[in-house]
Amino acid sequence: MNKRNILRATLALLVIGLFVGLAACGKKPPQRRGARAGAGGTSDLANAALATYVAPGDLDEYYLFYSGGHSGQIFVAGVPSMRHIATIPVFSPYPGTGYGFDDESKEMLGEYTWGDSHHPGFSETNGEYDGRWLFINDNAQGRLARISLRDFKTKQIITIPNISANHGSSFVTPNSEYVTMATRMSVPFPEGTYADVTEYASEYQGIVAGIKIDPDDGNLTLGWEILVPPFNYDLGDAGKGPSDGFLFWTCYNSEREFIEGGKLEVTASQKDKDYILMVDYREADKAIAAGSFKTIKGAPVIFPQETAGVAYFIPLAKSPHGVDVSPSGRWIIGSGKLSPTTTVFDMEKIKAAIAAKDFEETIDGIPVLTYNSVREAEIPVGLGPLHTQFDGKGYAYTSLFVESAVAKWKLPPYDDGADMNQYVVDKLPVAYNIGHLVAAEGDSMSPDGNYLVALNKLSKGRHLSVGPSIPESAQLIDITGDKMKLLYDAFTEPEPHYALIIKADKLDPIEVYKKGDPEWPQHPNAIWSTEEARIERKGKTVEVWMMAVRSFFAPDVIRVNRGDKVIVHVTNIEQTRDELHGFAINEYNINLVIDPGETKTVTFTADKSGVFAFYCTNFCSALHQEMQGYFLVK
Amino acid sequence: MSGFFERLTASLDRPVVGKSRLLVFLAALALVPTFFVPLWHMTFVAQQYPEGLNLYVYSHNLVGGDDGNDLTEINVLNHYIGMAELKPADFTELKWIPLVIGLIGVLTLRVAAIGTLRSLVDVVVVSLYFGAFSVWSFWYKLNYYGANLDPKASVEVAPFMPPMFGYKLVGQFDVWSYPAFGTYLFLVFGLLLVAAFWLSWRNPGPEPTLSNS
Repeated sequence: MNKRNILRATLALLVIGLFVGLAACGKKPPQRRGARAGAGGTSDLANAALATYVAPGDLDEYYLFYSGGHSGQIFVAGVPSMRHIATIPVFSPYPGTGYGFDDESKEMLGEYTWGDSHHPGFSETNGEYDGRWLFINDNAQGRLARISLRDFKTKQIITIPNISANHGSSFVTPNSEYVTMATRMSVPFPEGTYADVTEYASEYQGIVAGIKIDPDDGNLTLGWEILVPPFNYDLGDAGKGPSDGFLFWTCYNSEREFIEGGKLEVTASQKDKDYILMVDYREADKAIAAGSFKTIKGAPVIFPQETAGVAYFIPLAKSPHGVDVSPSGRWIIGSGKLSPTTTVFDMEKIKAAIAAKDFEETIDGIPVLTYNSVREAEIPVGLGPLHTQFDGKGYAYTSLFVESAVAKWKLPPYDDGADMNQYVVDKLPVAYNIGHLVAAEGDSMSPDGNYLVALNKLSKGRHLSVGPSIPESAQLIDITGDKMKLLYDAFTEPEPHYALIIKADKLDPIEVYKKGDPEWPQHPNAIWSTEEARIERKGKTVEVWMMAVRSFFAPDVIRVNRGDKVIVHVTNIEQTRDELHGFAINEYNINLVIDPGETKTVTFTADKSGVFAFYCTNFCSALHQEMQGYFLVK
Repeated sequence: MSGFFERLTASLDRPVVGKSRLLVFLAALALVPTFFVPLWHMTFVAQQYPEGLNLYVYSHNLVGGDDGNDLTEINVLNHYIGMAELKPADFTELKWIPLVIGLIGVLTLRVAAIGTLRSLVDVVVVSLYFGAFSVWSFWYKLNYYGANLDPKASVEVAPFMPPMFGYKLVGQFDVWSYPAFGTYLFLVFGLLLVAAFWLSWRNPGPEPTLSNS
């Protein structure tokens, strides 16, 4: 080799070295789980498209009711198309349907203009969704609402004393005897008491409550409250079959402390185990009947220290979220979100432990069942298990927040001494960070086993960008086969927590309030003709009986004096479906939307003088633009 | 074998000349970018981080991808398992590594200018030691952070060693860790020095200048 070649070889080495370096620098690790990587079963796109396509004019098979989170609403979509169909306002005003503008809905909302709706619950008969009512909680203002599924409208919102942050709600018993409420963020007891957080362990308390549902009209009333330790009562479920008569709530922060600046995320995660609180509501009923309660702030409160047999704790891996009762009612599944396992408890063993007084200890009068006596198995589902649903075919589906996946696993029985990993039969990545999941009729005693919707907290990059306020993601999953298959990505406004899926034919909604139909009694201020339309003045009060029909209001001029109290009753006399009318008075912040056959009332003070147009806001007809009048304030 | 060492010892006082000198100079030059490019690169990919989080180790800094935000994100995630925050200020390596690279560079330039084969061997030996020590130091730090988890952390995980070279599943994250451009430049630096040595050793005596060759 001559010198020249040596020099060349060396320079070549330098160049190669630089290239290797550059290549290594730019090297990307394999993207095994991207949106378009075929992961998650989307490879069979044609089948997924067919499975979710609902042709124009065709109807979906299921209703999907999403909680709207801090929007305070419920969103209604169809499955399998995932099309958003309607929004039901519950805890927040919604100009779209005029909710929160008329007297009745304004009174129902009270002083609040928002709520935080988390967990919808259907009324049930014999453990099956009966399609009558939908209940939903307000985590912020401690309320519970009832929506009629006949007209998809909020009918009642109740508050009860002593509850703070009603999160463990709205879980319904198999024959709609009770719907639950529970304190997530313990406060001093009774309600309204002042005690510093330094006295958290002794002065703060939790409350769980049973709300009675009137079997005829669905009216909600407080049944009882039970005073429980100052833990954070989180999610719940009602027993069924062998567990019928019991209510379950998970709870965290059994450390029972809130240290200022100590970060609850740390202080509430110190113990290895927290608990499931189990309430025997028949025993609670008995205690109420026997007078074993104290009336505090108007609520009948049962004290477990004094009344044995109403409440028990079951130890569970720390910081649990979901507790879910299997369709048969025998298996109670708890998920400690910081443990990579989900725990199955056997209701038969729970009953045996109670009978044998097999208790580890007692906390504030509540016995703690011996963990090893009631636990059936710990299933290694994966990281961050939160909530479990069922397919009715012997499998459970647990959402994994940290792993951003759904684990499918087999319910008992299990072989003795078997490696539990074998019972986790499938795992599907979801996009991204799933919270709850919901299966078709998944909370009933006979889930349909076909559809599962993953309710994900993050959707980054899965949709056209809409700026930093990124919507939530809901993914439709086919669970008919051995392997879960991702079918469709849908997006919702903020922020569904839990949702429910009900077979469409279980609902029979009306689309017109039929005049004379006994189901919809005549509104006392309804009018049905222009002849009945009138304005009456009594002193400083002006009362208007108005009718709306295509395409006019009668009367179409209202004259008042500044300072008058004005009451307007508007009846939409249409009996044709989809002929809605609006009644908005400009610059008076009034917008009613009146459905066919409906009457709404708005009461206000004419505090601005001048001439204000009023008009129909909900498009009604070819001459909708002409449907207007004047509100004259002298 | 003894013949090799005798010849080696006999050659050590030869000056580094000609092309060898140029190669040594190029080697010193190859060190310059190592102040500006990453030496090591770690990528963390999870289902909810499809683009991955990136962490770059420079001679003088730790830098996250996404304009630095990935380091913050990694620290936010690590706090759940009680891992200490990764702060560049806590890595003394980031202070002495650039200094040592500079020293080696100066020594290398000295060899190019007035050095003998002996001083060339010295630079190679010191560099090897420095490289080995830096890799050990990196390994020790990874081990330290993975092993010293706050016992009060929300999520209890067994102490673990993040991967230093290659792939490892850590929690929900697929982690890849590889040397980056800067480390490859060190490789080039070393190869150039070896080549220079070999050239000088095999071609003793006065050398024609490069332009005459």
